[in-house]
Amino acid sequence: MNFMDVLSNALRGAFGAEAAIYALAAVGLNLHFGFTGLLNFGHVGFMLVGAYGVAVSVSTWGLSLWVGLLIGIGCSIVLALILGIPTLRLRGDYLAIATIAGAEVLRYFYRSDWAAPITGGVYGLRQFANEFFALNPYSSNLELGPLLFSARNLWVMTVGWSLVVLTSLLVYLLVHSPWGRVLRAVREDELAARSLGKNVYAYKMQSLVLGGVIGGLAGALIAIATQSVNPDNFNPAVTFYLWAIMILGGASRILGPILGSIIFWFLATFLDSFLRNATASGLISPDVISGPDVGALRFVFVGLCLLLLMIYRPAGILGDPKELRLDVR
Amino acid sequence: MSDELSNDAVVESREEIVATDTEQHPSAGAERAAAALAGVAPEPGVAKPDAILVADDVSKSFGGVRAVRVDHLEVQRGTITALIGPNGAGKSTFFNLVSGFDKPDSGTWSFDGTDISGAPAYRIARRGMVRTFQLTKALMRLTVLENVMLGATEQRGERMLAAPLRWVWKGQEDDVEEKARALVERFRLSHMAHEFAGICSGGQRKLLEMARAMMVDPAMIMLDEPMAGVNPALVQSLLGHIQRLRDEGTTIVLVEHDMDVIMSISDWIVVFAEGAVIAEGRPDDIRTNEKVIEAYLGKRRALPTAQENDA
Repeated sequence: MNFMDVLSNALRGAFGAEAAIYALAAVGLNLHFGFTGLLNFGHVGFMLVGAYGVAVSVSTWGLSLWVGLLIGIGCSIVLALILGIPTLRLRGDYLAIATIAGAEVLRYFYRSDWAAPITGGVYGLRQFANEFFALNPYSSNLELGPLLFSARNLWVMTVGWSLVVLTSLLVYLLVHSPWGRVLRAVREDELAARSLGKNVYAYKMQSLVLGGVIGGLAGALIAIATQSVNPDNFNPAVTFYLWAIMILGGASRILGPILGSIIFWFLATFLDSFLRNATASGLISPDVISGPDVGALRFVFVGLCLLLLMIYRPAGILGDPKELRLDVR
Repeated sequence: MSDELSNDAVVESREEIVATDTEQHPSAGAERAAAALAGVAPEPGVAKPDAILVADDVSKSFGGVRAVRVDHLEVQRGTITALIGPNGAGKSTFFNLVSGFDKPDSGTWSFDGTDISGAPAYRIARRGMVRTFQLTKALMRLTVLENVMLGATEQRGERMLAAPLRWVWKGQEDDVEEKARALVERFRLSHMAHEFAGICSGGQRKLLEMARAMMVDPAMIMLDEPMAGVNPALVQSLLGHIQRLRDEGTTIVLVEHDMDVIMSISDWIVVFAEGAVIAEGRPDDIRTNEKVIEAYLGKRRALPTAQENDA
């Protein structure tokens, strides 16, 4: 049992490309829920259309990757409008139902035989992001003590974390403006905002579109980083990991999604690596936990850790406990 | 009130109350309102010399219940007009309809000469007709000052594209903040300015809501039960604020159940029962109006008419 190995794996997970991508998607979700109070339970849908926007444009239509990126963003905007126009005038729970169903419908649509000539169906698409890796400025791997990052990985991480910082900065500027004040007012009480002359519907729509575009960017980045898309990677569980990340870090905190993602992926990779190491070295008898169980079991433990965090830090790591003491309905 | 008491005796005792009430010195705004309403007959649907709000044939049904059926109603500019009536009389529903928070089955209404029937609530508010709510809606996780600042209209920084460009809206924001601070000060909330509105007491929330509404610079403000659940000392202070707003020229329409409050501050009273306006008039007219007493106390308990007395 090599504890150093486990720890370095966990750190790689915490700061790796996946953590950056989930942080990015959670920034969008935080704009929806944390600042506007929109119950979006289908954030993965935005990631899906973003990812396929890139993949289909390059693989199927032979367009440039960058045009694909724009198409992905365009698809996120269209999705936000489709979901928002009928539901944002209604009570918040309707958006929740529409988004969770919408994301699933999209997944089945993209994996259907009917769409297969364009989307690749259940097999998805691959090898469409060579243009991105051609720009890689890193030529060698990076070794930080026991941590090893490949040049490819490093490039995705650089872009991923840069996007996280940029979007967080944008969200910071937005919410600390009169526009953000209206958004937070909508979160607290729509009717009150309306009674003061604010077009609540327009604000909710703007928030849904902007957060959706950030989600779409995260999806595009997943597609680019892995050079592959597959509809079944965009299952509803992803949305709920994002919710866990956002609430863990602290909803309506700018740094909440970033910290949340780092902790989430640290826990997930730490437990995965630990359990694998422990079963391989015989520390845990194979009768108790066998190899194939580890993948599922780690999320049991991640869930347990999240549970404990919520009991002892109910407002999230960065949350303001003062807010929680307020009697919000 | 027993049935033995004669009609005259009751009216007499009511007139005594009227006399003691009018002994107080009316404010300039009250005198102005009284002068403006001087020639207006106390009848339901009567025309006013300078109406700011005019509603025609406004009706709304919930299932089989006709909650509101107002044939004609005018609200005189610069007055405190109270809507009273038993529970379920349709006062709050009427409020919701004309402020755009609910859609009527039929009807038209205009504000300040402009037809606003069916306009969305936010447009009506921007036109200068702002309402508050029966159950106060403090924006809990915004500070008291932010709550008030939100009320300012035409803020450049409220457009999404301008929001990240601080220099575009910073100057206006400073003006908004200054104005908001003055209102917070006026409504005695300065010590709470940077606290979350969620920690305000019930009474402070009523004050906050009024301050927030004033930030819109309304020509008319509609208060839905501003005194509900507020202690008597604060009621006096709220009354002072309301009268001061009227004296400054703002039209006030309020729904209220406390008769002492109504009688002491209203320039004009509109009585609702079963969705319709059954009476209108100055407080003195309303106090002695038989229809009103009947609506409140029921037919059996109402003043016996002369014939019934004989029988």
